[in-house]
Amino acid sequence: MKTVNTTAITEAVARMSQEANYYLGQDVLEGFQKALDEEISVTGKEILQQLIENAKIAREELVPMCQDTGYAVIFVELGQDVRIEGGDFYEAIHEGVRRGYTEGYLRKSIVSHPLERKNTGDNTPAVIHTKIVPGETLRIIIAPKGGGSENMSQIKMLKPADGIEGVRKFVIDTVRSAGPNPCPPIVVGVGIGGTFEKCAQLAKEALLRELGEKSKYPDIAKLEEELLEEINKLGIGPQGLGGKTTALAVNIEIYAAHIASLPVAVNLNCHAARHKETVF
Amino acid sequence: MTQIRLTTPLTDEDVEKLRIGQRVSLNGTIYTGRDAAHKRLVELIAEGKELPFDPKGQVIYYVGPTPAKPGAVIGSAGPTTSYRMDPYAPKLYELGLKASIGKGRRSEGVINALKQNKSVYFAAVGGAAALISRSIKSCKVIAYPDLGAEAIHELVVEDFPVIVVNDTLGGDLYDEGIKIYAAK
Repeated sequence: MKTVNTTAITEAVARMSQEANYYLGQDVLEGFQKALDEEISVTGKEILQQLIENAKIAREELVPMCQDTGYAVIFVELGQDVRIEGGDFYEAIHEGVRRGYTEGYLRKSIVSHPLERKNTGDNTPAVIHTKIVPGETLRIIIAPKGGGSENMSQIKMLKPADGIEGVRKFVIDTVRSAGPNPCPPIVVGVGIGGTFEKCAQLAKEALLRELGEKSKYPDIAKLEEELLEEINKLGIGPQGLGGKTTALAVNIEIYAAHIASLPVAVNLNCHAARHKETVF
Repeated sequence: MTQIRLTTPLTDEDVEKLRIGQRVSLNGTIYTGRDAAHKRLVELIAEGKELPFDPKGQVIYYVGPTPAKPGAVIGSAGPTTSYRMDPYAPKLYELGLKASIGKGRRSEGVINALKQNKSVYFAAVGGAAALISRSIKSCKVIAYPDLGAEAIHELVVEDFPVIVVNDTLGGDLYDEGIKIYAAK
């Protein structure tokens, strides 16, 4: 049995909120560089260079890479042999977000009521997804999610008869209709299967994967590759101003489905594909 | 790629010569505004009241910056998605606004308003917020401080980099760019 104190959880979340916004992952930077080498549009190349330069400034000056520092989406994997002590676990996470966004000069983008729209002033509450797993490890991942790309995400309940072609069409149509809005080059998270809400969560989980990490299922890995190729033929390009680089990756997560259902969710991420994790 | 240097306030002649795809470096005073601020501006217009700034010849930047760190002029300040401002934008163009800066497609209503009022729409690079902040030399809130990041700020900019997306002739770089690069 391992014990983790809520103070340590708050500290970790506060630190990760800032780091995720200041430091773009090496995998994404490498994705930019690869895209720059392959991009044929002059404007597209200029934009990719600006994004590389922007990431460098953010890292060196400890400022957010994007002004939309996101909704703090937190994924928790809690080992069943871990004991949390020192107070309310979820409140410890919210407090970490509160502290991280305030002390880190990050933008507070959360309104407490979706219709009244009054800003909470500290970017809380976070959205927290918890999974209980075997063992005595606590893993906390933060994935700050910007509104521009989130707004372009879609979910659809396909018919089983729509099959893989139906999935393909829905993913491509979602990217095409999003066009320049989600800040391409994007990362495309896809969930297939489960129920309505499970599917959406799978799509978001797919965004946590490092760029270049393929699905463990060979048929799904092949679909990821084919979709990426098709998306990059759309011509949308960096910032939607035309070019070859519309997406850096397509990541798909799957789950069992009901005999009557084929849910598909597409969660788009802008080029600032941010996530950081701490393991206790 | 050559850059056209413009200083605000912009004239009809300044914007009429612009064509889609051109790079422009903006200088002088510009104003910020997002959804909530636009809603209030349009309400003031409807009531016939005076606006916090005169839109004539001016440029509005759709941005909600991060808080400035101590000693900094402004935080990170990249463009936000423009379509949320589409219901309000035509009114401001009618009052002489010469340009807006954001990212993403505009509605047909806005594109028509640009043609009718000799105005343009610029894109800045979405997400390049730390880089863009370097061209912002001063920043002060001039209206709606209660809106926080969404308040209207007056910015003084130097060589602020933008790209012409919609010009006074109705051209649209998002359409044209895709046409050129979509695989046949």
